[in-house]
Amino acid sequence: MLDIKHISKTFNPGTITEKVALTDVSLHLAPGEFVTVIGGNGAGKSTLMNSIAGTYPVDTGTITIDSTDITKWPEHKRAKFIGRVFQDPMMGTAANMMIEENLAIAARRGKTPTLRWSSSAKEREHYRELLSGLHLGLEDRLESHVGLLSGGQRQALTLLMATMAQPKLLLLDEHTAALDPKTAEKVLSLTKSIVERQHLTTLMITHNMRDALRLGTRLIMMYEGRIIVDVKEEQKKGLQVKDLLELFEKAAGSELTSDSLLLS
Amino acid sequence: MTALIIATVSQGLLWALMAIGVYITFRVLDIADLTVEGTFPLGAATCATLLTAGWQPIPAMLMACLAGCLAGVVTGLLTTKLKIPALLAGILTMIALYSVNLRIMGKANLPLLTQDTIFTLYSFGLDKATAQLAIGFIVVLLTAVVNYWFFGTEIGAAIRATGVNPHMIRANGINTDIMVVLGLLLSNGLVAVSGALVAQSNGFADVGMGVGTIVIGLASVIIGEVLFGTRSFKNCLISVILGSIVYRAVIAVVLQMGMPPNDLKLFTAILVAIALSMPLIQSRWRKFKKDRKAAN
Repeated sequence: MLDIKHISKTFNPGTITEKVALTDVSLHLAPGEFVTVIGGNGAGKSTLMNSIAGTYPVDTGTITIDSTDITKWPEHKRAKFIGRVFQDPMMGTAANMMIEENLAIAARRGKTPTLRWSSSAKEREHYRELLSGLHLGLEDRLESHVGLLSGGQRQALTLLMATMAQPKLLLLDEHTAALDPKTAEKVLSLTKSIVERQHLTTLMITHNMRDALRLGTRLIMMYEGRIIVDVKEEQKKGLQVKDLLELFEKAAGSELTSDSLLLS
Repeated sequence: MTALIIATVSQGLLWALMAIGVYITFRVLDIADLTVEGTFPLGAATCATLLTAGWQPIPAMLMACLAGCLAGVVTGLLTTKLKIPALLAGILTMIALYSVNLRIMGKANLPLLTQDTIFTLYSFGLDKATAQLAIGFIVVLLTAVVNYWFFGTEIGAAIRATGVNPHMIRANGINTDIMVVLGLLLSNGLVAVSGALVAQSNGFADVGMGVGTIVIGLASVIIGEVLFGTRSFKNCLISVILGSIVYRAVIAVVLQMGMPPNDLKLFTAILVAIALSMPLIQSRWRKFKKDRKAAN
């Protein structure tokens, strides 16, 4: 499905602010795999995700989705395969456009826009059904501006938008980090049900170790631009937070401080 | 008095196309596009030159529109492909257009006294002032309807979303560069048609007639938004058109009150500066009131 081979990325090379973000990272995701990614600040989690999404090009290595080499594709072209939810709830939706218009754009992800009117009555009915599945009462607010919604509602909507046109790969970049615990829990359980129902291949960054253990079929841990721990399904099931900390210390050769990984 | 009102409203309508153009860049795309200072006289110059060469008014205006679209594309490519900041890209095209406009006309001022214009050819027996009002109304109505339709299509929605949140629209597979170029094309096409109409109404095209276009456009947009609302895209379009008419009315009133015409640009600039700083002034004022309340 997703095949990353030996990618590296250095920001501002040759300058005083040079920062090595990814060093020779390889990762293979099987279809339907739900991988949670943890690691401290600056470990390279977001850089990995943005490299896959095409926000910036990688220095070396290749990225392949279903045997299509997308390494040199611009961000918008990769969107044909990839659905994304960002950490900032404001990022995933267009605030001063209607819910309906946002959904219409997402429903056409990866298609060349035409001069057709942007959504029909039949499509609106479909949007209403999808929205009622969120249980947020948004199905009656198709014509409300997205800017009027709360952060949690916007994140739920973004999740729906990222998955309504079946993506080959779903990227979740700490998509609950900016929400209060109760809302975060709601969005997470929504994530779980959508990913399971649509059998989505998913990569989810999280700061929360318990979420990383609870969700998904595989867990990877990053440190200083490398993947240092990779736990598969069977092994992951019995894992506790303290096991994870031990694994980390063994692999990284240094103690895990609460600064480098947020525990909750 | 009636004559003055008719003249004011029809001027407002002819300039409203330009205001819609500025609305598309300033509000929809979130770019302050100075190209319009050059495309307004470009439209006038193209249309006047073709009329002088014996063209019919409507084909001449279509060519003016096309010229404006091209100028918009140039600014669009400068900012998207060559990564020149949009403001500077617009200034570059605007300056280049000054020379282009002189080349098109061959001189700085081209009178249109004997040629048939859209207002004389399609007057249907109305007097000159009423004909301008009627034709202005029809053209603006047509433009508004086409714009309303266009910005409701998939491409139109993608352009709007590009202005609001480029991250979101890229994540949904849209090439934002193309959308920016398209928006600038449409905007400058409209501004050029406005220039062509104003030249025919004034009876001449002048290389200097674009000075202050952007400020007049902004004034119309802001006045319209404040007075007539921004609830929906349709509402915004209507607001901008009415804003353009109100702006002309304000100008007519201050001129009647004895303000020298040479001070008009200064007056307009101050008006726009105040309007653009309103959000800041309002928040400061609210904070000031809150602080005083807390102190008491």
